[in-house]
Amino acid sequence: MSNSLNVALLGNPNTGKTSVFNRLTGLTQKVGNYPGITVEKKEGVCKLNNTTKAHILDLPGTYSLNASSMDESFVIELLLNKNSKDFPDVAVLITDVENLKRNLLLYTQIKDLEIPTILVINMSDQMKRKGISINIPLLEKELDTKIALISTRENKGLDELKKLILNYRQLSCKPILKLSTIDKDYFLNLEKTFPQQSLYKLWLVITQDVNFAKIDRKRVSDSTDFKTQSESYLKRLQQKETVKRYQFINGTLKKGLNIDRDAAKDFRSRLDRILIHKFWGYIIFFAILMTIFQSIFDWSSIPQDFIDSSFAALSESVKTKLPSGVFTSLLAEGIIPGLGGIVIFIPQIAFLFLFISILEETGYMSRVVFLMDRGLRGFGLSGKSVIPLISGTACAIPAVMATRNIENWKERLITILVTPFTTCAARLPVYAILIALVIPQGSFLGMNYQGLMLMGLYLIGFLMALLSAWILSKTLKINSKSYFVVEMPNYKFPLLKNVAITVWEKTRTFVTEAGKVILAISILLWILASYGPGDDFSNAEQIIYKINPELKGDNLDNKINSYRLEHSYIGILGKAIEPAISPLGYDWKIGIALISSFAAREVFVGTLATIYSVESNSEETIKNKMASEVRSDGTPLFNLASGISLMLFYAFAMQCMSTLAIVKKETNSWRWPMIQLFGMTFLAYIVAFSTYQILA
Amino acid sequence: MTLDQLSLGEVAEIESIETDKLPLKLIEMGCLPGNCISLIQKAPFDDPLYLKVDDSYVAIRKETAQYIHVRLKK
Repeated sequence: MSNSLNVALLGNPNTGKTSVFNRLTGLTQKVGNYPGITVEKKEGVCKLNNTTKAHILDLPGTYSLNASSMDESFVIELLLNKNSKDFPDVAVLITDVENLKRNLLLYTQIKDLEIPTILVINMSDQMKRKGISINIPLLEKELDTKIALISTRENKGLDELKKLILNYRQLSCKPILKLSTIDKDYFLNLEKTFPQQSLYKLWLVITQDVNFAKIDRKRVSDSTDFKTQSESYLKRLQQKETVKRYQFINGTLKKGLNIDRDAAKDFRSRLDRILIHKFWGYIIFFAILMTIFQSIFDWSSIPQDFIDSSFAALSESVKTKLPSGVFTSLLAEGIIPGLGGIVIFIPQIAFLFLFISILEETGYMSRVVFLMDRGLRGFGLSGKSVIPLISGTACAIPAVMATRNIENWKERLITILVTPFTTCAARLPVYAILIALVIPQGSFLGMNYQGLMLMGLYLIGFLMALLSAWILSKTLKINSKSYFVVEMPNYKFPLLKNVAITVWEKTRTFVTEAGKVILAISILLWILASYGPGDDFSNAEQIIYKINPELKGDNLDNKINSYRLEHSYIGILGKAIEPAISPLGYDWKIGIALISSFAAREVFVGTLATIYSVESNSEETIKNKMASEVRSDGTPLFNLASGISLMLFYAFAMQCMSTLAIVKKETNSWRWPMIQLFGMTFLAYIVAFSTYQILA
Repeated sequence: MTLDQLSLGEVAEIESIETDKLPLKLIEMGCLPGNCISLIQKAPFDDPLYLKVDDSYVAIRKETAQYIHVRLKK
């Protein structure tokens, strides 16, 4: 028989909590969302022995149970709701040996919830270098629990941790802090009114703005004794509580922890001196960004060319090997080119996530926040907006979620609104293929034109984000308190396993999520392109033959196919919007790609691939097909003017349903996503229009 | 004096804090009366400030630093 128990991993940010999770669960983990909210749910399974497995939940990093962000509120809600199916049998608190004092604050709070709590002290490999020694048995006695001393970097101590989890029933559930020592009258009164409830839980219900399943929040706040206390009185009590907790922790650590300060070599200050230098700090940051963008373009091109030609070959071999019929042409002309349109940018996405996760893992990202705060504040943003703006270069969805640790609501809202201007990975395939088509080869000061163009597009996205942030900060009338507290973690060498799992996990989710949309859209497009109403569609052969009796072979076939496409459902739709987009330099086929891009931008290439495959039978790469498209006067459809106009349209337009959905969730209103949709798309139209008119 | 008047490298002891005006998170990171605080680095335009509070390293804005009263340690 197999038993299962629930384990929750908790801890401050930067303590290596995710590393512990990765060590325990490996690739059994899955990442999703909790129903109805956008807090990321990371769970996995760990086998403890032959009969028992642990269901492990990696909760968002929290500094304490006094919530200052949505992620933190979520942790409190889960720990208070005994009826939740995720409620832990045992909590595992991850701490970092160097920040033990601060990490223990959260420990005392969780212990006071009367949940069995195992204390994990991570990064034990650092102890010798930093001159730290710990008396584990003494700490276990003082803190009234079991301690596991581990090193995720050296993979040590995890078996002991598993044993402790297995025997969680032997752990004590006694609270640590006597709340009545903070304010006798207040807490005795509270205890008398609700004798059934744990006092600390009641206290959390009163002070935290979160929803609770079991305890009726309203009932507590309605009972007059507690309501009359002003907010600042409560905050003073909270401060007193924190002081009491630290007194306990200091007393404990004085006995059990010894740090020989002279042994500590100051790696941090030496690196800080250069990385956040008033001048060199910025130079280094921009050099890092440039390297990232150049390498994404350079390194990805080899696997991308390979993927592009493989899909064209696959499509062709399906056509020749399978018996011809509706299914074969759906596969060869709809599904395979559509999927090719997404697989082709896996290399670029993977590189982006690789760089971003390395920047986060090393602790460098916090330094960037520090460097950029003053400058970004001038635009109504916060230094913390750097993380969303940089991860927005991968995808706006996690970026919008990453705005959560911006404490100031106005700064957070503006960050959410402007993040979609940053060049996300979905725009990359559009840019990449258009740049290859319309920007000439050649180089300037050792950088090739194509790479420069791509960098220019990233830059223009950032500049537009800043400009619109500035406009929003001047027009939005929102008053909110400005809190800004950033922890500056120690520098760490990135753990290979963490980086690999992040890259794998993010790329996989991205591709499967986008893949579903793209697959559905390419099937729909194929149907719309393969059928049409009326005689023009069904009698295309006779009509073309009558007009051009001298045509033979491939030329005749191509002519018939394009006539048919023009009179299919999709052709009719495209023709209908052509008047609106021809001043931008686009034909009706691009128009179809624009429309389908509102589902997701990356559909653009796949859509054109599907349309062109239906039209022509030859085996060609997407790029060559686009290059051979001509206007009625015989000039290429994709030239400098229309290409740049199209790139700028994609740079500014809000074409992503998933981003709109996440913005709705995070701002709790349709107002903001609608402002994005119409505002950004209008801007895109104007810019693309003027560009084409000037360049053409 | 208040924390924003501290010079680079100086070590001070926190005398008092204006609880109502400080985020609880900062207090929880060890910004409490009696603890040591030192200024490690300032960003350009002297804002934000990179501090060592007790054993934690944090960055806060200058306006927040005005609500922390400190006494220089000799």
